[in-house]
Amino acid sequence: MTSGSPSLTVSRLAYAYPDGTQALYGVDLTIERGERVALLGPNGAGKTTLVMHLNGILTAGHGTVEVAGLAVRADTLREIRRRVGLVFQDPDDQLFMPTVREDVAFGPANLGLRGAELDRRVHDALERVGMLDAIDRPPHHLSFGQRRRVAVATVLAMEPEILVLDEPSSNLDPASRRELAEILKSLDVTVLMVTHDLPYALELCERSLIMSEGVIAADGPTHALLADERLLAAHRLELPYGFAVPAQPG
Amino acid sequence: MHVPDGFFNVPVSVGAGVFAAAGVAVCLRGAKRELDDRTAPMAGLVAAFIFAAQMLNFPVAAGTSGHLLGGALAAILVGPYTAVLCVAVVLLVQGFFFADGGLTALGVNITLMAIVTAVVGWAVFRLITRGRPRGRATLVAASFVAALVSVPSAALVFTGLFWLGGTAPIEPGSVAAAMVGVHLLIGLGEGFITALTVSSVLAVRPDLVYGARGMTRALTLRTADGDVQVGQQGGPAAPEAPSAGIGLRPVLVGGALVAVLLAGVVSFYASSAPDGLEKVAADKGLSAQEKPHAVEDGPLAGYSVKGVENQRLSGGLAGVAGVALTVVAGGGVFYVIRRRRRGTDGMTTASAQ
Amino acid sequence: MSAGHHHPIYRPADTPVHRLPPQCKLAAVVAFAVFVVATPRERVWAFALDALLLAAVAVAARVPAGAIVRRMVIEVPFVLFAVAIPLIGTGERIQVLGLSLSAPGLWAAWNILAKATLGVVASILLAATTEPRMMLLGAERLRLPRLLVQIATFMLRYLDVILDQMRRMRIARESRGFVARDLRQAPVLAKSAGALFIRSYERGERVHLAMLSRGYTGEMPTIRDISATGRDWAVAGMLPCLAAVTALLAWSTT
Repeated sequence: MTSGSPSLTVSRLAYAYPDGTQALYGVDLTIERGERVALLGPNGAGKTTLVMHLNGILTAGHGTVEVAGLAVRADTLREIRRRVGLVFQDPDDQLFMPTVREDVAFGPANLGLRGAELDRRVHDALERVGMLDAIDRPPHHLSFGQRRRVAVATVLAMEPEILVLDEPSSNLDPASRRELAEILKSLDVTVLMVTHDLPYALELCERSLIMSEGVIAADGPTHALLADERLLAAHRLELPYGFAVPAQPG
Repeated sequence: MHVPDGFFNVPVSVGAGVFAAAGVAVCLRGAKRELDDRTAPMAGLVAAFIFAAQMLNFPVAAGTSGHLLGGALAAILVGPYTAVLCVAVVLLVQGFFFADGGLTALGVNITLMAIVTAVVGWAVFRLITRGRPRGRATLVAASFVAALVSVPSAALVFTGLFWLGGTAPIEPGSVAAAMVGVHLLIGLGEGFITALTVSSVLAVRPDLVYGARGMTRALTLRTADGDVQVGQQGGPAAPEAPSAGIGLRPVLVGGALVAVLLAGVVSFYASSAPDGLEKVAADKGLSAQEKPHAVEDGPLAGYSVKGVENQRLSGGLAGVAGVALTVVAGGGVFYVIRRRRRGTDGMTTASAQ
Repeated sequence: MSAGHHHPIYRPADTPVHRLPPQCKLAAVVAFAVFVVATPRERVWAFALDALLLAAVAVAARVPAGAIVRRMVIEVPFVLFAVAIPLIGTGERIQVLGLSLSAPGLWAAWNILAKATLGVVASILLAATTEPRMMLLGAERLRLPRLLVQIATFMLRYLDVILDQMRRMRIARESRGFVARDLRQAPVLAKSAGALFIRSYERGERVHLAMLSRGYTGEMPTIRDISATGRDWAVAGMLPCLAAVTALLAWSTT
């Protein structure tokens, strides 16, 4: 692949929805290969809008998005969507096929894979999230946590350059939350994780971005950002009651 | 209203099946224009919504309750082509997955509950809203009338089919009176719920109401470099600008359909003092059934031998011929319009009225 | 009216009927229904034969009679209608238990009851022995337009999700003391319907985005395919063929 260029580069990205509401006012960020980065911010900060730009679902009103050196444009969409794996917040939106197997195969099949190669991708992806047993079950018979893991597998099967997760820990019970964290840590892929769940960000990501009112308001080590109470308060972010940021490791 | 097997004779069932298949085929193409590559997921979700909405029972009068048919509602919310497709899929799924509605009656059911309700509903809606300022009140009132008219229309078409090939010896006149009467009442409920539903969607997401397109304005994109004018393409919900031709086609199809049916009903009453004939036929009674007409020996000919056999038989044959004619005529109209529209597509981008 | 019957009929089992490829079963059941409808109503024995055929299928598929009967409730509105036909029908009247009934009306009622019942039972057997997913694959094999099959696929996938949302809205309404008594309560129901539509539509948009994100370009990839052998067709064809023979016999014994 194009070694050297960062996994994701966004520069001066601005966007307004067709109804006139402007959501992004010039976003700049760079994520290097292999990094796990959290994107924090209150509701309405523009996080989801930004995510929609990363694989070209929304087209930039202004500015550019590059994935591993390739600019998001109408003629590069196919390759961009292979490189950017988007995991939606509601797994029911993501798992639209009648069985887990067909759902995980949907992406690679769109890339043109068939037969043994397709089967291998499906098996590998499900194995990495520990859901191989559920391969022939319909998604709506799985628990919520299981569905989210399968949703991650549907994206992993495309062997993406960068995995983008929208609120990965929402609606999960504590055990599922921990299992998903272990899976994400075990993956050898660049991760951008959009979340309100600050402890989860701290556990999984060394670096965090705080997004507020359509721009990146802060960028730094998660540990340092979460320890700055004034910064958090200024952007409507709060640590859960009773949670204290542990002393800097190492 | 799900008609079971055995209610209509074979010619009418097959004729309605051919008509329904042709209608669905036309709508598959139309829906692709309304929704392009979003057709499968969007129509699937809307079909699931209609299935669910049909379970909303509302009390009609004196202990009886009706439920939404949803054809007119779907046409106003998502456009006539998609609406026909969605209701047709609902009926197919109910028939094959839930054993609801006879498989041989699928053509009749799709014709009545998908095509007639959606097409009539949409035609009425367009007639009322066309050329008027599209305020919310107009749209809601139009939705009410459209849904109100759509239900007795389906009942009327049912009566027409029943006259052509029903298997029960009931006078078409009394069937018409009873069906249309009851369905006027149900139509009131349908109109009420449809209007209120459209109204509540208009209040929250007016951009989702297909029948309200043309209310949206041009947009400005405010970027770091100042204001930039943008078109509406690119967004996930980018609504296609409706073109003037869309409203016309369903009107024509609906018109043709109603014309054929009216022609049938009117000629029935004009040519054959029915009471007298029924009386004569009744005197023949069962004896007539023991020696059927020669043409009826084939298993696919009008098998339902009842009082007025010759007339019913000719009625059945006329039914097939009539439906075939309608299909041919409808197809011809579509073809001509499509050719004409293709020529003008380039300049219909913003002609909302 | 028949809304409300949305519980799946499928009964998982491993029988010869379950194992038949879905396209064979679909075609067989539709053909069976056509032949039943084409059978003259005066030949009561022909319908008895058809019923025996279905009973044989039910035994082979190990679908218990109770399950079929419970499902047949779906017919009830038309049973009521059929019962009314002899009372309001035209034609020669005969006296039964002091009631004046129309003779052709009685035949018509019998005709509808017999054919509707056979049709419903055949459909129940199809749905009980065919997984919904397989039914869709079978429909596609039978050349039903692919777009139509895809719409049905999405509909079935999201039906439970949407019915569940509707159930939650109903619980929310009722937990605040709402009872639908007459049309005056319609605005509340309509608001629910409106909200349900918006949720369904928005979910459709999100599903479309999820599809785009994984490389969808307007064509669903075919991943699974099921083929039927000549033997499968022969086995499935037994039901409609026997029904056809019955119908022919019924016609020829006039």
